[in-house]
Amino acid sequence: MSKKLHLLVVFALLIGLVGAFAQPATAQQPVKELTILWAEWDPAVYLAELMKDYEKEAGVKVTVKQEPWGSFLDVVSKEWAAKGTAFDLVVGDSQWLGQAATQGHYVELTDFLKETGLADSVTAATLTYYAEYPTGSGRYWAFPTEGDANGWAYRKDLFEDPDEKAAFKEKYGYELDVPKTWAQLMDIAKFFTRPEENLYGVAIYTQKDYDAITMGVQNVMFSYGADWKDANNNVLGVVNSPEAIAAVEFYRELWTCCAPPGSSNIFFPEVNNYFISGQIAMGMNYFAFFPALANPATNPYADVTGYFAMPAGPTGLRFAALGGQGMSINAYLPPERIEAAKELIKWFGREDVQMKWALLGGYTCNKKVLASPEFLEVAPYNAAFAETMEMVKDFWNVPVYADLLEVAQRELHAYIVGGEGDAKTCMDKIAQEHDKILRAAGLIKEPAKSE
Amino acid sequence: MTATTALQAEKVTPRHRVRRISDKTIQTAFILPTMVLLILWNIFPLFYSLYLSFTEYSVISGAPPRWVGFENYRNVLSDPLIWKYFALTGRFALLSVGLQTIIGFAMAMIVRAKFRGSGFITTLILIPMMLSPVVVGKFWAMIYNPTFGPLNYLLGMPPPRGPDWLANPEFALWSVVLVDVWMWSPFVMLLCLSGLKAIPEYLYEAAAIDRASAWFQFWRITLPQVAPLLMIAILFRTIEAFKQFDVVMGLTGGGPGDATELIAVKLYRIAFLGRFDTGIASAFAYIVLIIIIAISNLYIRYLNRLRGEA
Repeated sequence: MSKKLHLLVVFALLIGLVGAFAQPATAQQPVKELTILWAEWDPAVYLAELMKDYEKEAGVKVTVKQEPWGSFLDVVSKEWAAKGTAFDLVVGDSQWLGQAATQGHYVELTDFLKETGLADSVTAATLTYYAEYPTGSGRYWAFPTEGDANGWAYRKDLFEDPDEKAAFKEKYGYELDVPKTWAQLMDIAKFFTRPEENLYGVAIYTQKDYDAITMGVQNVMFSYGADWKDANNNVLGVVNSPEAIAAVEFYRELWTCCAPPGSSNIFFPEVNNYFISGQIAMGMNYFAFFPALANPATNPYADVTGYFAMPAGPTGLRFAALGGQGMSINAYLPPERIEAAKELIKWFGREDVQMKWALLGGYTCNKKVLASPEFLEVAPYNAAFAETMEMVKDFWNVPVYADLLEVAQRELHAYIVGGEGDAKTCMDKIAQEHDKILRAAGLIKEPAKSE
Repeated sequence: MTATTALQAEKVTPRHRVRRISDKTIQTAFILPTMVLLILWNIFPLFYSLYLSFTEYSVISGAPPRWVGFENYRNVLSDPLIWKYFALTGRFALLSVGLQTIIGFAMAMIVRAKFRGSGFITTLILIPMMLSPVVVGKFWAMIYNPTFGPLNYLLGMPPPRGPDWLANPEFALWSVVLVDVWMWSPFVMLLCLSGLKAIPEYLYEAAAIDRASAWFQFWRITLPQVAPLLMIAILFRTIEAFKQFDVVMGLTGGGPGDATELIAVKLYRIAFLGRFDTGIASAFAYIVLIIIIAISNLYIRYLNRLRGEA
């Protein structure tokens, strides 16, 4: 009898436990908090500041969770793998779009962005590169949040020094000024390369780990009229076109002649460090990292630092490698949180909010705000940024982008930094391997043609 | 049944229950949590990744694994780059472990002799192996820097004359080897030192009576006595050399090009960094595991032979 009683007690306890942990079948509670995941950098701090306004207006507390750049993709990927809900929104890299869209990690925002007018509020390039997949399909998966691209910072004190100007004119036959072409940039870089004074012409991206050297090379490649693909995704004869080969040769020459020794594996922090330590005349970097150069507390040359957009290639074409991110909604959220996330994006896309975002230091993608005098004047690099956002171009954003990137990184680094082989061999190898990867992924349908 | 007897029965019952739990049950109860954790964290992933190595699967794709048989193994083994990286890793292991053995043993011979401050010096020597490998990588990247790093100054090649060690495909692997040797020779030293200290003094006394030379004593007493521990040190270091990752990422990121792309770095690129080719990465990891087990077996056989001889 007592045994039966014990069994009953245990059974009742189990029922109680299950009941305690089961979801209550009550009506949906209004969402009172949301979490945005982003990389650990200044724009995320500005976004957290901006979100305080949303809490005041909508009563929803928004936490901006920051992950160091090195582990940002890993954290997001782990959440995707677990179909997790640790974040409601993610401000993700443009290259992730294909993977996230085709594998169902992002909520499709096409109708939402069109109905709310948000799609028309941002520049065409940012909508294409931060939101659209497949390119040209008109299907959107993110709201362009932080526009970013490569630009240049330069030492105005050196460029405007009368003695330097005279010496430069005597040597090269034209005025020392912000370079209009890549050829001029090379001249200026060579002119200021003075190892005996510990001064070098440029610091440019060379890091091999993820995407740095490819992003750096792209700036020259695109401006030289080269690309990673043609309209049908063909790469043979495109990636290894004479223009692409010339661009890669140029990048190697620029690094070999004029970059500080030891800058063989560098990315954005190192470029800024070289600039701040007074070792370079010009530094290539994403605009998002220029606030540190404009701040006298971090850069002793802040008052004499100028900024310019990418120069033109031999035929006058101008392009800049795209950085930046769009805000996407986690597809594994329950419907009420997805709706709450959409409401947040709707608020964030409002013109007055975008203006405040820009004034705080965020790089808005809003057309009107980008053209407004307030934006252009609020930071010394904003004019160059606005100019750049009209000429951005990106690497692949298809699901196999990481495979393509790995090949580009390996071969470009081997030639540019390691000096292995020549530019033609380097680009031939990339073209062949890219062709193989894209065909295996079904992204090139046409039969292989002989070059 | 009287009231007293019932009370006695109640008092007795719990004691009976306690008695019913046998030693075996208690033993099992203590071992069980550990076994469960071991199965969940070690055994299950081991077998699950073995299964995944036969499937086409990406952990972030949301699609279930698709059985492809030995295709992943075929793909990995037919990739000429993978063989290049295996050869590179073998070269790295040979250079690194070889130098660590020589330097570690030499250091053990030096600090074995008791002299003033020998304890302090031994502690100082051990510091590198206590550091985080990533920190060591970043730290040495600065030492190697041809503009401000002290290495070129010490070698009498101040800027701009000194080489850029990490940018040169010829020097890059040697640079990684040097750092690994700096970090792990103390480990070899430590094992050798314990071997050296265990050698009975009477062996040397007997050799001295027989007027054996120092070289003879080293070759016939010291080396054979330390050999088993030395082999264990070599075994550990070889396994670690095949798994080398942190220092490479901190120093070169696998570059220039792929001049320092060791297999662990390549495995990381396949398994993570946006690719997430979990199936292929699992197959690759198993191939590496099989190689490490094969090498370890060779060492262990040799070690057993040494012990047998001893």
